[in-house]
Amino acid sequence: MNLLRDAFSWLTDPAQWTGASSLLLLLGQHLMYTAIAVALAAVIAIPLGWAIGHTGRGREIAVAVSGLARAVPSFGLLILLVLLAGVLHKPEAAVITFVLLAIPSILAGAYTGLESIDRKTIDAARAMGMTEREILAKVEIPLGLPLLVGGLRSAILQVAATVTIAAYVNLGGLGLPIITGLNLRRYDMVLGGALLVAALALVLELLMALAQRMSVPRGLRSTSTAGPPAEPAGRGADHANTTELHRDRTVERTRT
Amino acid sequence: MNWILENLDLIGTLALEHLRQSLWAIAAGFLISLPLGWAAWRYRSLRGLVVTGTGLLYTIPSLALLMILPVVTGMSAISEANLIVSLTVYALAIMVRCVVDGLDSVDPQTRSAATAMGYGPGRRFAAVELPLAGPVILAGLRVTAVSTISLATVGILVGVTNLGYLFTNGLQRRIIPEVLAGVLAVALIALLIDLLLVLAGRWLMPWTTARPQRARRARNSAPEAVGTR
Amino acid sequence: MIEFDAVSKSYPGGTTAVSDFSLEVPAHRTTVFVGSSGCGKTTLLRMVNRMVDPSAGSIRIDGRDISAGSPVQLRRSIGYVMQNAGLLPHFTVAENIATVPRLKGTSRGKARQRAVELMTTVGLDSSLADRYPHQLSGGQQQRVGVARALAPEPNILLMDEPFGAVDPIVRTELQQELLRLQRELGKTIIFVTHDIDEAFLLGDQVVILSEQAQKLQVGTPSRIIESPANDFVSSFIGADRGQRALSIKQTPTGTVLVDSQGRTQGRLVDAPDLDRA
Repeated sequence: MNLLRDAFSWLTDPAQWTGASSLLLLLGQHLMYTAIAVALAAVIAIPLGWAIGHTGRGREIAVAVSGLARAVPSFGLLILLVLLAGVLHKPEAAVITFVLLAIPSILAGAYTGLESIDRKTIDAARAMGMTEREILAKVEIPLGLPLLVGGLRSAILQVAATVTIAAYVNLGGLGLPIITGLNLRRYDMVLGGALLVAALALVLELLMALAQRMSVPRGLRSTSTAGPPAEPAGRGADHANTTELHRDRTVERTRT
Repeated sequence: MNWILENLDLIGTLALEHLRQSLWAIAAGFLISLPLGWAAWRYRSLRGLVVTGTGLLYTIPSLALLMILPVVTGMSAISEANLIVSLTVYALAIMVRCVVDGLDSVDPQTRSAATAMGYGPGRRFAAVELPLAGPVILAGLRVTAVSTISLATVGILVGVTNLGYLFTNGLQRRIIPEVLAGVLAVALIALLIDLLLVLAGRWLMPWTTARPQRARRARNSAPEAVGTR
Repeated sequence: MIEFDAVSKSYPGGTTAVSDFSLEVPAHRTTVFVGSSGCGKTTLLRMVNRMVDPSAGSIRIDGRDISAGSPVQLRRSIGYVMQNAGLLPHFTVAENIATVPRLKGTSRGKARQRAVELMTTVGLDSSLADRYPHQLSGGQQQRVGVARALAPEPNILLMDEPFGAVDPIVRTELQQELLRLQRELGKTIIFVTHDIDEAFLLGDQVVILSEQAQKLQVGTPSRIIESPANDFVSSFIGADRGQRALSIKQTPTGTVLVDSQGRTQGRLVDAPDLDRA
């Protein structure tokens, strides 16, 4: 517990919060890298995921790609791209790494969101005379939103974690005190940094969990407090589907 | 690519180390998740606690967890044991949820039929519930295995030698093929273990493949539901 | 009037849902397609609003081939009621009813006003306007489905087993409500069901179908009951079971036929030609 006390006194030392390697600055870098990468990944993956979900085409490819992506170590990918890009383009290489890591979860969130919608609802929308564009905009996107936000949530988590490791290639971020501390054998610094990183991840997770809850369309929010939001009627009994859905939900989350 | 051919011995040794560390974590995570998942599924009050608790642990980035865990366990942060325990925590976080989801996916009618036939709770779990939850649990185990193997590479940051060594060493010496070899070796091992798990699943749960493949989407299955698009 | 002209539908897999089907569906009347599941009745229905396109043959509405225009415009002009109502779960009751008018550009206020009017028409309390579908009972959802279909003031209503998923008491209630609505509105209705009693109750014209939409018999309910075309039809309509054993009953307005449960199944008319023969 001594170490824990040391870590807290390191964290609360005003010296850590001012100057060139102030924790505030590192936090800012961390958030900026995360935001830029997730935004870029979203711009690429959301339209693609919606296209896959709406047409049902390309799903197998998307599943295979996200399966493969999980097998690729993000730390290795980061170093590989940094070496390939050269010293001058290190930040760009890092951002590309983060974007690549974020794409699979967002993609999966976008298309599983659309796939989770009761086929009868979409059939009814089409039978009423909605154009394909109207079906997408008025039915599929709103009803698929919670799973998309879930995908963004996993992506943010994944990227924020990988940004921590990016300190190893001198990109700053909140991983810096951990990496520096390890080299200097200053474990108060290491643990202080680790606690800060953990706190940041938990806060981001909490915010995204909240966003996900708010993204459930009002008509689907369960009136009772217990249990998950009511799913569109008619799919509960289908075990093949539930299994598939569970798998997709698990696929979304990757850890760094 | 010469580097790879000249250093196959090194890659092989590191790969075996890597595999050993990962398999410990995967096995431990799997074995602990079964009773824990069952308890969380059986007792509603425990469920929120276990699922949320492991979920929150899962959100902590690996580099941070590797440093925080020793405060709890008293182990040295730069030990192999610390890496394996951290990986086990992540494995557990994925697996517990999958065990709960898997048990949820068992048709209640099948469960009551088994009870009606005279299965006691213990035998019913072993003979009916666990096998029927199998496909969902297997799906979780596959995710766990692949991500554990790929995640283990961060061990090098706390001085635990495995395939991650090829990344740090490759960066210091600026040998791109070395880093590439590391990435490919990790991915290959992960996919190999994944394949073995799929085969094991087929062997242990023959009914999952014997059944005629059902069309996944209602859109494709019923001719009456096929519309113009 | 809707005309099916030698319509067929087969799928790439080799299954044939409809084979060479022709029929005239009279305007302002209810035509019921009845048959067991898989007989192609739903396919026939979905061809009218081009949710399914026929592989051969054509369908005309008031003499015009429907394949000419855009399917979207066609669908907006035809009301469609499906089993389980098919309501949009994230739209309120009023928004669900107002969907098509809104798509066609009616202002929000006007569309809502019309939606609330329609709720009264189908027997729903207007206080339900801001509820979501999952807050309604199955019968109420089905009424919303009917109101939604009526919203664009279509001449044609397609109803695909609309009362199949509600309990028998509610079903009877909804059937009576539909009869009342049809007396007031006089739409051209095609109604699909597998329930022969429902077919006889609601249909002005009943079409009994077997596999690949082969017509076993077409006629008014009383005509089919009086003279089933063949043994299959007799067994399908239950004429050989005690249940449909008919008896004659005198009423102030004439002689009618009632079944074993006392429901009137048709009127007995004199047939002078037969008498003379």
